This record gives sequence, C-alpha cells and structure tokens, in this order.
Amino acid sequence: MIGGLFIYNHKGEVLISRVYRDDIGRNAVDAFRVNVIHARQQVRSPVTNIARTSFFHVKRSNIWLAAVTKQNVNAAMVFEFLYKMCDVMTAYFGKISEENIKNNFVLIYELLDEILDFGYPQNSETGALKTFITQQGIKGQTKEEQSQITSQVTGQIGWRREGIKYRRNELFLDVLESVNLLMSPQGQVLSAHVSGRVVMKSYLSGMPECKFGMNDKIVIDKQGKGGTTDDAGKSSGKQSIAIDDCTFHQCVRLSKFDSERSISFIPPDGEYELMRYRTTKDIILPFRVIPLVREVGRTKLEVKVVIKSNFKPSLLAQKIEVRIPTPLNTSGVQVICMKGKAKYKASENAIVWKIKRMAGMKESQISAEIELLPTNDKKKWARPPISMNFEVPFAPSGLKVRYLKVFESKLNYSDHDVIKWVRYIGRSGIYETRC
Amino acid sequence: MTDSKYFTTTKKGEIFELKAELNSDKKEKKKEAVKKVIASMTVGKDVSALFPDVVNCMQTDNLELKKLVYLYLMNYAKSQPDMAIMAVNTFVKDCEDPNPLIRALAVRTMGCIRVDKITEYLCEPLRKCLKDEDPYVRKTAAVCVAKLHDINAQLVEDQGFLDTLKDLISDSNPMVVANAVAALSEIAESHPNSNLLDLNPQTINKLLTALNECTEWGQIFILDCLANYTPRDDRESQSICERVTPRLSHANSAVVLSAVKVLMKFMEMLPKDLDYYGTLLKKLAPPLVTLLSAEPELQYVALRNINLIVQKRPEILKHEMKVFFVKYNDPIYVKLEKLDIMIRLASQANIAQVLAELKEYATEVDVDFVRKAVRAIGRCAIKVEQSAERCVSTLLDLIQTKVNYVVQEAIVVIKDIFRKYPNKYESVIATLCENLDSLDEPEARAAMIWIVGEYAERIDNADELLESFLEGFHDESTQVQLQLLTAIVKLFLKKPTETQELVQQVLSLATQDSDNPDLRDRGYIYWRLLSTDPVAAKEVVLAEKPLISEETDLIEPTLLEELICHIGTLASVYHKPPSAFVEGSRGVQHRRLPPRAGSVESAESPDVGQSGPSEAPPAVIPSQGDLLGDLLNLDLAPPTATVPSVQPSMQMGAMDLLGGGLDSLMGDESDTLGGDIGGSPSMGAGLGAAPTAMPAALGGAPPVGGGLGDLFDLGGGVGMPTGFYVVPKTLWLPAMKAKGLEISGTFARRGGIIQMDMSLTNKAMSVMTDFAIQFNRNSFGLAPAGPLQVLTPLSPNQTIDVSLPLSTSGPVMKMEPLNNLQVAVKNNIDVFYFSCQFPLSLLFVEDGKMERQVFLATWKDIPNDNEAQFQIKDIHLNSDAASNKLQGSNIFTIAKRTVEGQDMLYQSIKLTNSIWVLAEMRVQTGNPNYTLSIKCRAPEVCQFVYQCYEMVLKN
Repeated sequence: MIGGLFIYNHKGEVLISRVYRDDIGRNAVDAFRVNVIHARQQVRSPVTNIARTSFFHVKRSNIWLAAVTKQNVNAAMVFEFLYKMCDVMTAYFGKISEENIKNNFVLIYELLDEILDFGYPQNSETGALKTFITQQGIKGQTKEEQSQITSQVTGQIGWRREGIKYRRNELFLDVLESVNLLMSPQGQVLSAHVSGRVVMKSYLSGMPECKFGMNDKIVIDKQGKGGTTDDAGKSSGKQSIAIDDCTFHQCVRLSKFDSERSISFIPPDGEYELMRYRTTKDIILPFRVIPLVREVGRTKLEVKVVIKSNFKPSLLAQKIEVRIPTPLNTSGVQVICMKGKAKYKASENAIVWKIKRMAGMKESQISAEIELLPTNDKKKWARPPISMNFEVPFAPSGLKVRYLKVFESKLNYSDHDVIKWVRYIGRSGIYETRC
Repeated sequence: MTDSKYFTTTKKGEIFELKAELNSDKKEKKKEAVKKVIASMTVGKDVSALFPDVVNCMQTDNLELKKLVYLYLMNYAKSQPDMAIMAVNTFVKDCEDPNPLIRALAVRTMGCIRVDKITEYLCEPLRKCLKDEDPYVRKTAAVCVAKLHDINAQLVEDQGFLDTLKDLISDSNPMVVANAVAALSEIAESHPNSNLLDLNPQTINKLLTALNECTEWGQIFILDCLANYTPRDDRESQSICERVTPRLSHANSAVVLSAVKVLMKFMEMLPKDLDYYGTLLKKLAPPLVTLLSAEPELQYVALRNINLIVQKRPEILKHEMKVFFVKYNDPIYVKLEKLDIMIRLASQANIAQVLAELKEYATEVDVDFVRKAVRAIGRCAIKVEQSAERCVSTLLDLIQTKVNYVVQEAIVVIKDIFRKYPNKYESVIATLCENLDSLDEPEARAAMIWIVGEYAERIDNADELLESFLEGFHDESTQVQLQLLTAIVKLFLKKPTETQELVQQVLSLATQDSDNPDLRDRGYIYWRLLSTDPVAAKEVVLAEKPLISEETDLIEPTLLEELICHIGTLASVYHKPPSAFVEGSRGVQHRRLPPRAGSVESAESPDVGQSGPSEAPPAVIPSQGDLLGDLLNLDLAPPTATVPSVQPSMQMGAMDLLGGGLDSLMGDESDTLGGDIGGSPSMGAGLGAAPTAMPAALGGAPPVGGGLGDLFDLGGGVGMPTGFYVVPKTLWLPAMKAKGLEISGTFARRGGIIQMDMSLTNKAMSVMTDFAIQFNRNSFGLAPAGPLQVLTPLSPNQTIDVSLPLSTSGPVMKMEPLNNLQVAVKNNIDVFYFSCQFPLSLLFVEDGKMERQVFLATWKDIPNDNEAQFQIKDIHLNSDAASNKLQGSNIFTIAKRTVEGQDMLYQSIKLTNSIWVLAEMRVQTGNPNYTLSIKCRAPEVCQFVYQCYEMVLKN
C-alpha cells in the first residue's frame, strides 16, 4: 500500500510530508526531488522507480503530489487516490496552490490522517468528510450526531447524510459533452468520439430515490419489443443513440444497471457527476475545417482555412477559436478573415482566429500569407494539426434526457413538486484537422 | 490569519521559544505552538527536543490539537521510546472515550507508533475496538491489526487477532469487511503458505455481497482479494464473473482494472465454446477503451495493462485500433505506449490506416517517439506480409528526409525486413548505400554492414564500402566490429579473388589487436574454418538463415501469465514480476493463472495436459539450425567465461593457411559436394599447420579442431540417432480433420530417451497458438515427459518440427493393438484426437543384455506354448551385420553358434516395463530368409517384436 505522501512546490520544497509506513524514510523525500522535480529532461513516466522505491506523481499547476511505496501496490488505485486527494483539497479550500496548501497545512494533515489509514484509502467523499473534519472543531456534537457521522462515513450511503431539508426541491441536470475529432487533410474522419458527462446538482430533501432515463438505444429497443408499439415507432430510429460505454458515480446501483440497464440511485447533496459515457456512432460534427496549405518557394507559405458550421440554423455556436500552427522560422504573417478577429501569436507559433458567435449552416474563411526565414535545417516542418475550440447548445452525440424521476416516500413531496432543469452543452475536446 | 506564517519562523533560539509557548497556560497559544512544531517537522527540521513538552499538550478535549500532537508522536516516538511511554495512558483512556471518532483516532494512532513498550499496551484496547459497537471504530481497528502485524507478527498470532479479523469478514458493515479483507490480504502476503485467507465459496459469497455496497476503495480491496481465489470449477467461475462484471461501469478506473483482472483470470477456466465466454470477451472491450479518456497518468497505467491484455487475448481489442491513435497533445509516455499497442493490433484488416498514422508520427518532434514510429513501420512489414511493400516504400520516403536518426532507424528495420523476405526488396540497397556516411550509431552501422556483407555479390563496390569501415576498426563498438568481421568473411567467400587482403586484415585485427574475447574467438573460428575446410566455411557462413519471426518483443509466456494476475498493480506497469522490485518476502509468491478449462477428455494424467501453456520453459531454446545462424550473424551477449589473453603467434601460418583455403575454394566452385575435400595437398598442409599453432594460442583450452568438429556435428545431424532406426514420418492427423492443423510424426529412441517427433503444419488461414498434448492410457504407460514446446505461434503455411520427450510412467491400459497410442492435441482453435502406432523397439532398453546363464535358464523356464516362430524374408546380410544392426535398436546378441552352416544367434531384449524377450535367430548362408523364434512370458508382444526385427533388418 501507499507508504507515504508528499506535496512539493515547483522548487521541490516539501510542503506536506506524511509517512504511513516504516519502510519509507526521510531520504525518499529528497530522492524524488533530485530525480524527478530537478531532473533536466521532460518527465518520461508518471511512475518512477528510484532505488527500489516507486514514486507516483501528478501535477496540479506547479504543485507536485507524490505517493511513495516499496510494495507492489495497485497503481491505478494510487492515481485515483491522488486525483481524489486533489478533489478533496479543492472542495475544502479552492485552487491547489502553494499558498493555499501552506495556509491549510493542519487541515491537510487531518484529512490525510482520515482518508488514508496505513496507506489504505478510506472514505474520501467530501460530503461525508465535511461533517466531521472542519476547522472549527467538533466540540458541540451530541451522541446522536456522532454516531450519525460514523454511520455515514462507513455506511452504504456514505455520500449523503440524513435529515437534509430544502424548502424548494430542485434539481439541475447538465449534459456536458466534448466532441473529439481527428480529420485527415482530405476531410476523412480518422477518429471521432464524444465523451460526455451528466452532472447533477441536487437540492432535494430527505433520502430521495431517483431514476434517470435517456434515449439509450438498448433501453428503447427493449421497450419497443416490450409491447408499447406506438411509442416504439416514434422513439426508435435516429431518436435513440448507441452508447459505447458508460461509468457511474458510486451512488448508482451497478448491478441493477447491468441486469436491467436502468439507472437508479440516491444522489449526493449538491453537485456531482452522475455518469460519464462515450459514443462513436452518428456523431454530429458541429464544424468542418477545410485547410489548404501551399508552400511557395522556400520562404513563403500560403494558408487558407474554411470552416463550415453543421447544425440547425436557429442555434448559435459560441467561443469559436481556430488555431493554425505556423513554422518556427516564421518572420511575418498577413491575415485576412471574413468574420471575427485573427492574430499571429509568435510566442505560440500559431495564428489564432476567434469568432464570438456563429449560426448553423454558415461558412467562413481565413487566408494568411506566412513569410519564412531561410534556414539550413534539413528537417521538414512537422505541420501540427489545426485545432479548434467552440461551444454549442446541443449534445453532439444526440443524447436526450427522457426523464429523471424522484421518489421520497417518507416526506410529503412527489415527483411533480420537484423543479427540474436540463441543459445541453457541447464543447470541443481535441478537435483537430491535419493539414 | 492563516497557517502559512508557521512556515516562516526561522530565527535563532526558536526551539527555546517554542518550549515556552508549549508550556503556556493559554490554550490558543499552545495550539499555535504545536502548529509551528508540525510546520518545522514538515520541512525537515529536527524538533525532537520538544518531545516532553508536546506530549504534555496531549490531554485536551480539543480534537484538532489532539490530532496534531498525535501526528508529532507518530514521527518522533521511535527516537524517544522512553518518553513515548508517557503517552500510553492517554491512548488507553481515549480508547474508552464515548465519542467513536476519538476511540478510532486513538487506536489508529497507537498502531502507528512503533515502540515495543507501547505495542504491549495496544493489545487490550485493540481487542475491544475490534468488537466495538461502532463500525467506524471496527474498520479502523481492522487496519490496526495489519499495523501491529508489521511491528510484531508473533504478538498478533499469539493474541488471536487473526481469528477476530477473519470474523470481521462476516461483519454487517461493508466497509469493515473491506478493511478486514485488505488487512488479511496484506498479512497473508508475508505468510505465503499459511491458509490465512481461507477463501471458500461461503466467504466469496460474503465478499461479493459486500462488493455491491462498500466504497470505491473497498471494492478495490475486495476485487484484488478475489483475484487470488481459484474457483473449483467453471460453474463457480462463471457465477463469480457474472457478479463482478457490473463493476466494469464504475467511475473509478482502479475498480474497473481490478475487475478486469478478476475476469481475465477466471475466464481462463471457462470453456471456450461457452456462450458466456464470448459475451464476456465482448464486455471487456468498452471499459478498457473508456480508461483511455481518463487523466494521462491513469491512461498510462491502463495502456501498460492493455499491452498485456492484448498479448494474452488479442481478440478483445482487435477492432479498437483507432482509439490507440496518438493525439498531438498526449504526454510522451502515453504516446509511446499507444504506439506499442498499435503494432500489436496491426493486422491485414487495418494495416492501411496504421501505416498512414505511423507515417504521420515519423514527422513529430520527440526523437524517441519518431524512432519508435519508424521501427513500428518495419515491424508492420514483418507482421503483415501484404503490407511489406508499402512499408518499404514508406521507409524509403523517410530515408529521403535525411533526418539523421530517422535514416538510422529505417536502416535498422530494413535489415530485419530483408531477413524476413529474402530476395524481394534488395533493389533498395543502392539507396541505403548512399547514406553510409551519415550513420553514427552502432546499431545502424552494424545493420548497414550486415546488409553489405549479405548482399556483397550485388554491390559492386562492397569491398570498398567495407574497407572504409575497417579504417577505424578499433574505435567501433563491439557490435559493429563483430558484424564487420562476419561481413568481410562473407564477402571473401563470395568474391575470393579480390578480397583476400581485406579478409586477412580483418582477421588479424580481430584476433591479434583486440581484447574482446568474443571478437577474437569469432575471428579464430573463421580463420580455422577458412583454412581447414573452405567449402564447409561457405556452407556455414553463407548458410540459409532462418526467417525471423513476426513478434519480436512478446513478453515471455510464464511472465505474461504472472503479470495478468497482477493487472492494475505496479508489476503490470513495470512489466516485471513483483519480486524484481519489492524487497523482502512480500510479493515473492508467484501468481499463476488457473489451469485452462479441462478441454482434453481423457483426464487420466491431468498434470500433463494442463501444464501445457503455463509451464512452458522460459528460455527460448533455438533449434540447432538457429544456433548456427545466431553464431554467425547475431550478436550474442558476451559470455562470462574469459579466455586467457595470450597473444597468438600465428602470423607465419596465416599466409599458407589462406593460400590453401583459397585454392580449394576456387577449385571447388564447380565440383560436386564431397568431391576432394581434404584430399588436395594444399588442404593437408593447412590442416597440418593448425595443430602446431593452436596450443600456443589457446593454452589449455581444448583443441579448436575438435571443438569445431562438435559444432558441426551439432549442426549436421538433427534427425540422426546413434543407431536406432527411425521410421519416416507418417501422416497422423490430416488437416481436413483438424481445422487446418496437420500433424505427421514418428517415434525415436535417442540415448535412452523416447521421443515423439512431430511436424505441425498450419494449413488454415489464421495463426495457431497454445499447443498442448495429452495421451490416453496405453499399454506401456507412455506419457509426455514435458509440455509440448511450440514456442512461436504457428502462422499459416508454416511447419514446426517438435520433439516431445516421453516417459513410460503414465497410466497403463491394454490397447488393441498393443502398440496403439491415442493422442489429443489442443490448440487455440480446438482439441483434436488421433491415434498412431509406435514400434515396440521404442521400448527396448539399453541394458537389455542378459547373462548367458540366465538366458539359458529363462529359455528353459518359459513354457514352449509361449514360443512363436516367424520368417523374415529377403534379408541379404550375414549374421554379424544383422547382429550389429539389431544392437543399434537394443536387441542384444548374447551368443552365436554355428551349426551345419547355420548361424544361430541368441538374443535378448528388455522392455521398459521389465519384460524380457528372448529370441533365437537362424541365419543360413546363402538363404535370404531368416527364421526367428521368440519366447516371452507375455506372448502377445511376440508379434510386435517380430515386426521390429523385420523393420530394423530391412532398413
């Protein structure tokens, strides 16, 4: 198991050091600093073995978190734990920075004591942790409160406490998708997938039982067979989508999903990620990028890029940004664009073209002339792909929320009383076109 | 006000000031002071001097302060054991506290203090806490047992904590169960043979129930523990798999990977024809792909594991090639791993896409990545024959870029392509030669030199090229030197007239001026070879090389099996067994996949069939043909034995030797083989010179001549036994009956070892792997003495010759006919059955020569009814020759009598099961028909013994 956990600043100074196992000595702290943080070359692996001691590290801004062990630990678990650790810290004091860590070092030690015991991760749900790890102390607890805390921390529903009350029962569902594309210069889709998340903000009283439904092809097809013929006729076809794979928050009953493919759960309070999914079929690619690069002699490059929006004309895409890489020996750039603003950024070796808004089924174009310094470098310019960023108000995978039902038998509110909000946002993930 | 100020106090007299503050009456001030102490501790300052003062702050109702003091205690108790005792009372008291959080805190902290005296006091509170009413305390106590075990294992056993811990597996709270499982697993690891984690169907059921309810971390502990269990049968295996599969949709990647581990392991037990098996395979792909959308560090762990999974079960991800395409912004470690997997998944179906990608990658920035991409193109060519041409042209394009490292990598892989497809792409050699000057890496230089030597006859100026390398011979690395030596010898053998000087130069450089024993020895071998028998030299040096196999960097199967059992862990990231990086006893246990589902029907000798895939020996033993190829062309790792470095004094002989060699080489060009080798006077001179020079050169080492002789014997006679007659291979299993697998074979007895020689031919379209063999019971208890060693996958149209050693210790059952053997052969496709008949002479043992007296007595003793008479016709041998021939097959002539022009041979045979067979053979001069009388206590063997006689004498 994890033998110790260290947090360093960018200079390699230790901010937090907690050792759980006897086989990890103080020299481990220095070994990581010398061999990884101060190493000259780029990090070649997130797992480093130095003198039979293994170091796992992740970096958040310029803070290094390193877990150390001398055993054959579950490596995936260690990384998951480090991410979780970051989440917990962020939930407690915001951004992970040197200052915040120094300001909260007592709290961090307290958290580390609680969520890692002898190197074994324990309950790390911030909802539960916040009930008893605070900076105010927990003097005034009654006996009932104490046992409620412990039963929550160890309980089956470790992510939610009892006795939550809201005057207005309300929930927000965000379907956030990032659409990824790799396209060849000829416009052939090399790979495309959508990775989506359903984020839920729940403000519900009591211990509500929820059921979530979407236009999952498997469910719809099953219902179609089930007998409700008129409904099936409507909803099958392109209405439903094929989900390649999905993962759920730990509140979702996985065995039920496995057997019936129904998503039922008791949600945590506040914001959390209900599920993640991935689709690869019938993706709506919101934009098409058509590049044209021509080398004119050895010292000039002509670039023309056309973007076409491919969705309903009534919808508006926002925050559109096209990034056209330029060679390292660029000496000057002239740009002409029909819409938005374009600028050559020498420090980033790219032309950045920004458009605030663009409706569906439109087209825009940029052309640039790039002057090059003559070089004797034999190696050809690598031509990095043209990348794009945008935000669209629909789900490129075609996913639709069909329902989210709330049942709370003990309190007297019903599904109809809950106010529900659903929102779809599609963003670009890695959306690249080779040129 | 924030806590960061505590980090800034660096003034002198700090410790003194802190002491004062710690002893202050004000609570706030005390707390501040403790915080400062902890901050100093964190940055590595020694604040152990404050021990008594800090411990004094322990008795407080302020939980935050208490936790800080505990933190301090855990760090320094070891250095101040006597004072740490002061804290014991507070701990014991806290363990009785009404607040469960404090009880748990106390027991948790106490376990972290590694001081013997404190440990003694820990036992009682721990015992109580293990039975505490509050689950939070119980789950903490469970881990505490593991802590205590780490400090004092004996104590834990004596106090019976292990049993209490086992009881906790049945606890009502899932988190307690999970922690108990984690603690038990860890303790069990340091007692490999104890039956601590006594996993049985009941406990497994409990674990599976807890799995649905506990935290994500608990699920990992439970899944990792489940992976150590071996289900009793395929039913149980399936039912566990069914209950584990829902975990594949968990958001936590570690849960997913641990579930994959359990499934991969238990799947091994499921029969392949089961529907569920296919379903499971299909279910595994999507979660593995989803892992690739996790954060890069996790992606890396996932990719390293996928690399293993793809090697074990390529079918799972064969359609998912695209997800492994490299993204421009992937961290380099992710890129390199993806590339590796792409090559493993490359097949005829997707090769076009893969090549297009690889070409793209070859223009990236990172040098390592580009090199790997170029190498990958070469591997694709070797793996997918149809793509070879495209790959070669892609590589040529890349060479045109003139980017130094790209060119060098390309040349290295082109060499391999030449070896895979000889006489196909040699037209590119000219292009390669243009880049000779830019090569500065040993591997690339060596590859280029190999190419020049191998194709010397097509390269007009090969001698010039090689000569140019020779100038800086001593500055080259060993790899290049060895290659240069071989290449020049090849050149000499191909164009002897023009290159005599060159070869002498390199031989003298290698043998006289080098300190490297490998190089020197190789030099001597060539020298001897060229001087003693140039024809043989030609046959050896220019021998046809075995084709290289497609998968060059597969993980060796036993290691792969072990690593599959460690999916998700560090071992799977390093691709090394835990014992390679874990100290002490932990992890020394080697994990094994459960034996493959019992698909061979005759289960009489289960150990043999099941050991098939898992017990294949780790070392790849090259066939003898390979050995020679290696010796000449590949660079073996330097052997550890050192040769005394005596400067040879061979100069005088050199000229003669080569002169002689050259003559006969030239003269021999048109001669048929075996013409006048060694007969020419010049050869004689050459031979004569050798022994005189050798002792001086090698001191006490055995004469090289003899060594060489051995070497060639080895190479020459694979199928030649010392005297045992081997029936030519016959077809045993036609491809029609075995889904494309064709087996022909024969039996042989070599040096007392019975061997079954088989040729396996793949006449199907797909690659065959996972071969295993099993015999049904038979009359003489023949059974495989080892696993069937088919080390490389058998690709379509390939034939592999294997020799399976047999023992006679297997189960016995009388067969009809007596020498019938029923065999089952398994591969990744199916199980096939056939039967064959072995010659009884296989079982004639070497010590079958009976004493004369005994023979007489036995002969009389066996009733005459048991005597059988046979005629052996058309033998044109005299009795002595026949007797000699028979002796080769362990039929021993004890006595010979000549009566009236008739030779009477008395012979004895002993079978492996100690049955004696006596025979009398009458040979009449001039009569080609022999009369054979056989007497044996088991008369049914006579018929088969007669067959052996006939077979041996007639061939």
